[in-house]
Amino acid sequence: MEIDVKFFASLRDRMGRTSDKVTFDKEAATVAEVWDQVSSEPMPSNILVAVNKEYTDLSQALKSGDEVAFFPPVTGG
Amino acid sequence: MKVIVQHDKLDPYEAIVHHETTELESGKHGGVVSFVGTMRDFNDGEDVSAMNLDHYPGMTEKHIEEVCQEAMDGWDVMDVLVVHRVGDMYPSDPIVLVAVWSAHRAAAFDACRYVINYLKERAPFWKCEVTTEGKKHWVEHNSEDPGVAKSRLKSA
Repeated sequence: MEIDVKFFASLRDRMGRTSDKVTFDKEAATVAEVWDQVSSEPMPSNILVAVNKEYTDLSQALKSGDEVAFFPPVTGG
Repeated sequence: MKVIVQHDKLDPYEAIVHHETTELESGKHGGVVSFVGTMRDFNDGEDVSAMNLDHYPGMTEKHIEEVCQEAMDGWDVMDVLVVHRVGDMYPSDPIVLVAVWSAHRAAAFDACRYVINYLKERAPFWKCEVTTEGKKHWVEHNSEDPGVAKSRLKSA
């Protein structure tokens, strides 16, 4: 299955890219497994996770075509 | 309820008048409370000359709409307008407008504060500041406001 990955703000700078595509040879995977595919380092503790534009956490199960986003704490307003 | 995320410059007072005259029934509301967030020329002891505001298209609007809906459900308010800028901006530029119309002022004050506080907590925006020396850095946290406790919601 295929997962679209997005990075924002300081994390995008750190990862050196705005997006990525991750492919698994199986039908189930979690957000944590996606992170392990895009980075060799552990995910920083302040990083937030969204799947299909809803906040979630590393344990969330994914299906093919899901959009996973990783980003630092938000600072709008 | 209307939520707008825009690159264009924001004139918050014109936006209030425009929304009120096009979306609200004349004579039914008793007041409008607004919060206008503007860009400072300083932050954490540094002089700031410019800022870029990044966002996550789709998720940003969705989360602002959710916060506005919570305010509409939580207080006796008639309408909520939020306009938030993204992209490049400069000191004194308006960044965000929250405007709340209601029959009575208490609900409008509380709902307005609720929307700006939860918008800042949940809507995915990120500020990248440029100092007067040309250094760029991402803002890591917003200032805090004890805010309007959720227990003040009429449904609580």
